[in-house]
Amino acid sequence: MTVGDLSAVLIAPPPAPGFFRRAWRHPSFAIGAALTLLLLGAAALSLVWSPHPPAELDIPHKLQAASAAHWFGTDSLGRDIASQLLVGARASILVGVFAVLIGFSIGAALGLLAAARRGWVEELVMRLADFTFAFPALLSAILLGAIYGPGLVTGIVAIGIFNIPVFARVTRGAANAVWMREFVLAARAAGKNRWRITWDHVVPNIASALIVQATNQFATAIIAEAALSYLGLGTQPPMPSWGRMLNEAQTQMFQAPMLAVYPGLAIVLAVLGLNLMGDGLRDLLDPKLARKR
Amino acid sequence: MSVFLLKRVATFVATLAVASLVVFAVLDVLPGNVAQVILGDTATPESIAALERKLGLDRPALQRYGDWIGGLLQGRTAQSYSYDTPTATLIAERLQVTLPLASMAMAFTVLIGISLGIYAAARQNKAGDVGVMALSQLGIAVPNFWFAILLILVFAVKLQWVSAGGFPGWREEDGGGPWAGFVALLLPAIALAAVQAAVLARWTRSSVLETLREDYVRTARAKGLSRRAVLWKHVLRNAMIPVLTILGLQFAFLISGTVVVENVFVLPGIGRLVFQAIANRDLVVVRDVVLLLVAMVVIVNFVVDVLYAVIDPRLKPSDA
Repeated sequence: MTVGDLSAVLIAPPPAPGFFRRAWRHPSFAIGAALTLLLLGAAALSLVWSPHPPAELDIPHKLQAASAAHWFGTDSLGRDIASQLLVGARASILVGVFAVLIGFSIGAALGLLAAARRGWVEELVMRLADFTFAFPALLSAILLGAIYGPGLVTGIVAIGIFNIPVFARVTRGAANAVWMREFVLAARAAGKNRWRITWDHVVPNIASALIVQATNQFATAIIAEAALSYLGLGTQPPMPSWGRMLNEAQTQMFQAPMLAVYPGLAIVLAVLGLNLMGDGLRDLLDPKLARKR
Repeated sequence: MSVFLLKRVATFVATLAVASLVVFAVLDVLPGNVAQVILGDTATPESIAALERKLGLDRPALQRYGDWIGGLLQGRTAQSYSYDTPTATLIAERLQVTLPLASMAMAFTVLIGISLGIYAAARQNKAGDVGVMALSQLGIAVPNFWFAILLILVFAVKLQWVSAGGFPGWREEDGGGPWAGFVALLLPAIALAAVQAAVLARWTRSSVLETLREDYVRTARAKGLSRRAVLWKHVLRNAMIPVLTILGLQFAFLISGTVVVENVFVLPGIGRLVFQAIANRDLVVVRDVVLLLVAMVVIVNFVVDVLYAVIDPRLKPSDA
């Protein structure tokens, strides 16, 4: 899902009983969740075990084809590709989690503020969101990279900044819809102030829309992290990353073309998993929207 | 309509002004010492002071910002530190690659995305629709730079139909020519368009399906028009209105995509320029290129906003 999907966000009821049973029968969610678990599992496994140390150089065995010792072969410095892929999952998850957290915490707060205050506050927040869209993550990364140097943090901040307006828009759209509901009117009549209403009524009702959005932004962040690392602006050596593996593989395309295939497949599987899971979650948490699609 | 236009022009100018302030602030004010960043950690205090004088950094920030913007408005740009050429000359040279590339990619995106979207909507829930949707789900998950690498693997490494990168130039006396230039940009444009088209196909499909449910479509069918005639005459014009907005949003992604894909194919465009500038710590070039890219995104979205009002008759009388 892209930023344009935002208008489609509707208010979802809390998950019905038997949610998990229904979820595993939903093909899109089941495939997506399985792929996402694979991604998380790979990263977790790499913390305790990998077939070889990922940064171990073994020049005599460079550019080897896939074998029992090296499942996906070795790169131009003799490093084991399978081990680098496993450990590379960590960079993707790290950037994804923190970039989403930055966008989610600031964006959702701004969106809730806009919906609660309306008027000029809402106008200001939304113009700010429009403005930030003119700075795709890559441009922020270029600016930050030029000054502070490239690195994992540069990538996280750049992607996080890009996520802020995305979450601000989704939150404000969904929260505005909740503010129009009768139970909010009742709460106001009962004397609750707008911050109490936001916390007690708005947040629980927009949570599922935000979860779906977070899943999709996680996927976007993985692609953005790979692109930044490919360009040398993201994760730096010796920490393996899928984007940088692709960059290194490009210089060896005539000798070892498969080196340029494996990291890309890893990215596609991770992103596909999160996107499918996000689509599935949207169907499961929001049957009204699912029928419309 | 005129009020609408005035509002949009005001927003457009304000956005550009704020963008220039942000770019200036990040590159010029925040880090403390630009000359230090350019010269690196080993620079002596004397060389830093000399460069500060050369770049005019010893003057107040507000004055420097005024000079920069005033110069841009009069068509003057600063000298690049590493090329010793005005940045406008550098950028104009590189745009000869970037603009045709972005235009070709946009054209492919529209052509592939909208056709597939309409095709899928017309065959809702049939095999064709499911196929297109599966393909687009996959397309959205593929990073454009990896698709670019795969295209190089297939067409340059395996089939050897084209070179693996580089740009021969548009002029025949330089060893290139219009056709050679077009061929060199073909694979990069396809790599950029594939992912964007996947997104656009989904939006087109859902927009067409939404429009098909409108009352006037049912009326048109009831008066005896065939499904095909209704689709072409009534549905598409209306379904394209939201698609136009998405195209505007997609342009921002296309611009960043161009920067990345230029680096995959080693094309001498804006993307390569800005990365070489980062490597050379040529902050003047980074500043002007980033502002240009932001301006392109803002301009395209401004045009989309105005077009939106022109196409959508509901916006006209109300001056919304």
